[in-house]
Amino acid sequence: MTSLRLEGVAPKVLQPVDLTLASGELVLLAGPSGSGKSLLLRAIADLDPHDGEAWLDGTARSTIPAPHWRRRVGLLPAEAHWWGERVGDHFGDATSELLTRLGFEPDVLGWSIARLSTGERQRLALARMLAVSPDALLLDEATANLDPSNRERVEAVVEDYRQARTAAVLWVSHDPEQRSRLSRRDKVRRLIIRKGRLEPEAESTRA
Amino acid sequence: MSLISLSPWDLALAASLVLLLALMSWRLHLGVERRVLIAAARSAVQLSLIGLVLEVLFGQTSLPLIGLMALVMLSVAGWEVMARQKRGYAGLWGYGIGTLSMFLSSFSVLILALTVIIGVEPWYQPQYLIPLLGMLLGNTMSGVAIALDNLTRNAWEARGRIEARLLLGETWDAAIADIRRDSLRAGLIPIVNAMATAGLVSLPGMMTGQILAGSPPMEAAKYQLMIMFLISAGTGLGSVAAVWMGSRRLFDERQRLRLDRLRVASK
Repeated sequence: MTSLRLEGVAPKVLQPVDLTLASGELVLLAGPSGSGKSLLLRAIADLDPHDGEAWLDGTARSTIPAPHWRRRVGLLPAEAHWWGERVGDHFGDATSELLTRLGFEPDVLGWSIARLSTGERQRLALARMLAVSPDALLLDEATANLDPSNRERVEAVVEDYRQARTAAVLWVSHDPEQRSRLSRRDKVRRLIIRKGRLEPEAESTRA
Repeated sequence: MSLISLSPWDLALAASLVLLLALMSWRLHLGVERRVLIAAARSAVQLSLIGLVLEVLFGQTSLPLIGLMALVMLSVAGWEVMARQKRGYAGLWGYGIGTLSMFLSSFSVLILALTVIIGVEPWYQPQYLIPLLGMLLGNTMSGVAIALDNLTRNAWEARGRIEARLLLGETWDAAIADIRRDSLRAGLIPIVNAMATAGLVSLPGMMTGQILAGSPPMEAAKYQLMIMFLISAGTGLGSVAAVWMGSRRLFDERQRLRLDRLRVASK
């Protein structure tokens, strides 16, 4: 039940962004590569120095320690990085139900990271992030390396999380089909970056 | 037994061997003759100068002069640490982190050794202070340089991994813990190895010097042991301080990884 509000958040290549995601709202964000989509997500998660402020409901980002903020605003980067040797090293108390829903057997926690395919890494990174149970999600090309069946799994898991937690979700997606497919759901908005600004994206474009 | 004084003629004889080496390099087209000669000339000038300076210092036992000498040694060591970084810290930090951590560790260990362990009277007597400080600084310098170089290089390469941990809500401390540990270990390995092989492969320089100067070998061994323990303590403290300050500097007040605080790679 948490809304995410940005005020004047200004990553390097973008004009300052004012944006409010209501609790449970999904905002799809598109834009050419290099237009600053990923930088915007990084700025919201407070990974790069930038101007502006963000709020979760009434809580301003600058008033709480950065690790708390990042636990509450989960960013899934386009490329997942791993520091341990096994999958299980990256999960606290693993949610095996979540892993099953993403198409893994429970023994995945014992797998070696080096053995994982790009797609497996991407799905496991989503599970790793959801295991922290953030209030808002920032997804950067969350399904870029997935085959259609796994893409559906990820979309379903994110959708369920959004419904169950009424979490605000900001989803960067390159794929026009995915954007128009997801925009048929409830409480969805589509935005596109043009000339450094966020604008509403019309349904008709390339759909 | 006492030290046999070397005459200029003796030194010239030894120097002729270096000339011979340069000649050989020239004949065999090794291409290092210039560098050999320059290095030999440098060492001659530097060591003669330091010999003169120390004679003056030893004659006076004046604390301000000794302090000045110690400061010069420290600042040169600081430059050396900075020069050995592939990706050091930008700005004053590049000089400050290494120099401050060497200052903290070398000087505290030195003063402890002079006052408590050896018990020199007065504690700043240059005959003890300067050589001890030189050995401490020289070794601490290597440890600190290796540890810092490891820290910055690894942090640079592990950016994605560090940020992945930050994104899951870990603190900066936890996110860099393994890199920090590896850097510290790398800084400590040289002195640990030196202790482990001491006396088996070669006699350490200080012990050699004391034996040449006529000390009984057992006395020389005891001094060498003490200095090795001091050096390892100094290197350990210095590396811990440098890695702690260095890793803290890699993050800002919002616990963001700030690789922009490092210099662009040199060489």
